Amino acid sequence: MSTTLRTGSPPTVEGEAVDLAALPVVPARHPWRWAAGLAALVLVAQFLHGLATNPGWDWPTFRAFLTTGVVLKAVGVTLQLTCYGTVLGFALGAVVAALRLSASPILQTIAWTYTWAFRSIPLIVQLVFWFNLSYLYKHLGIGLPFGPAFFSFDTNGILGATGAAVLGLALHQAAYAAEIIRAGVLSVDAGQTEAAAALGIPRLRQARRIILPQAMRAILPNAANEVISLFKGTSIVYVMAIGELFYQVQVIYGRTGRVVPLLMVATAWYILLTTLLSVLQYYVERHFARGSLRTPPPTPVQRLRALVRQGRPGRPALRIARTVR
Amino acid sequence: MTAHVMVDIRGVHKSFGRLEVLRGVDLQVAAGSVTVILGPSGSGKSTLLRAVNHLERLDRGFVSIDGELIGHRYSGGRLHERPEREVLRQRTGIGFVFQNFNLFPHLTVLENLVEAPVSALKRPKAAARATARDLLARVGLADKADAYPRQLSGGQQQRVAIARALALEPKVLLFDEPTSALDPELVGEVLDVIRDLARASTTMIVVTHEIGFAREVADTVVFMDGGVVVEQGPPADVLDHPAHERTRAFLSKVL
Repeated sequence: MSTTLRTGSPPTVEGEAVDLAALPVVPARHPWRWAAGLAALVLVAQFLHGLATNPGWDWPTFRAFLTTGVVLKAVGVTLQLTCYGTVLGFALGAVVAALRLSASPILQTIAWTYTWAFRSIPLIVQLVFWFNLSYLYKHLGIGLPFGPAFFSFDTNGILGATGAAVLGLALHQAAYAAEIIRAGVLSVDAGQTEAAAALGIPRLRQARRIILPQAMRAILPNAANEVISLFKGTSIVYVMAIGELFYQVQVIYGRTGRVVPLLMVATAWYILLTTLLSVLQYYVERHFARGSLRTPPPTPVQRLRALVRQGRPGRPALRIARTVR
Repeated sequence: MTAHVMVDIRGVHKSFGRLEVLRGVDLQVAAGSVTVILGPSGSGKSTLLRAVNHLERLDRGFVSIDGELIGHRYSGGRLHERPEREVLRQRTGIGFVFQNFNLFPHLTVLENLVEAPVSALKRPKAAARATARDLLARVGLADKADAYPRQLSGGQQQRVAIARALALEPKVLLFDEPTSALDPELVGEVLDVIRDLARASTTMIVVTHEIGFAREVADTVVFMDGGVVVEQGPPADVLDHPAHERTRAFLSKVL
């Protein structure tokens, strides 16, 4: 079939005059796309079938231990460590970031050195070190620098295993949090600080009301990454025999010998809670995105509601047209 | 009769590294007058404007507004730089309008206008809101109070920025190329607002490239080049009969 299109003459197909502009367009077909999709589905089905039928996974044991008291309590400890690590880590990180962004070369250097040190030392080394702090300092006190102490405590008395774990996690987290917060502040246009200064807005208010809310947009995705990685990273404190999730399942499978189903119990909890954190992240990010888009995108809930109302998803006009064809 | 001098700029020098941007600028602006600063890019006109509200610190010389030294204090035969808190207080008396608007994108238009009066001048919120709504009506944007800046056109954003500067009831308004970031068809609406302010005898210093606007609105046109004031005077003199070769060369390029 030959189509001739020449300027000045009407288009012809095999010598016949045809109005091409009025013809419907048939979309191109993609058979290989379908073939690849089917092949992938077969692999997924095989994997799911294995999960369901391989007795090695031992699902009855999994079910038996998933919500037992010991495991739930361990999940609680894991969440507690994550909370303390996050709150203290980001609080200290904010201070370190502020020092690093300050005009004082001394404070800048101290902040830089802090980040350098705590990023250099492996977390596990640090944890063991804090755990053994009483070996170095039997007593801790508050007093004058290089002078006498007003109060003094027994190190082991105030810094038990959990305290050492929280301290280690928080100090480690602070180094990373500081860099994330600093990156966020640097990402805000310099004109914003200038405008705030030109309006005479007090310094602290500039930071809190103008700069930080805008910096949050860049901080949040990275901060969420850190929180999630800390949440799973708490499993490292098993070295200090603290009863968090990973330590507890080890204790149980040490007793029962059911390694795989108990690891799956821990995995299921980590997945569930990470999912919740991801959902939380979505909504917090949405809150701080206000003003940045002309129309904010609908939340998944709003999208679902629209789907129910109209009987079809948000913008499926194209897809429907194609399936109806 | 001599008019009251609102802005007094004397012997101002400013260098960025080895580059001397301002090389001894003297300029007096009478209260209630409009001064338009023209000059090629790199002539130091924006730096001078930023020096007036101490966004740039001076190497030498001084700026005073209504008799008060800006950013400096005189004592013991020296000029001392003021602490930041005092500079911030002084800036509430000086409105600044930026080329890129610099509205706060995460705050609504009304919140943009209310922020400084409440946090810097400790005005009650309700009063600040009422003033803000009046100002928005004055720049023709009464219906945009609850919009976010990004939902507005460039011209509208700049009008909000002008209203935000006016919310502090400043003694002087400084405009740093207020229409340079705008599409040509939006320039007019911003110039209209500035024109209205001129009619209301607001003391203004405007850095711009809009020669027609300068001719129409300015009481004084200042031509700067190479970090100094080359000549100044009424627009009819400077624009139509420039005394200096450099002014003539510049005008022949932009007209």
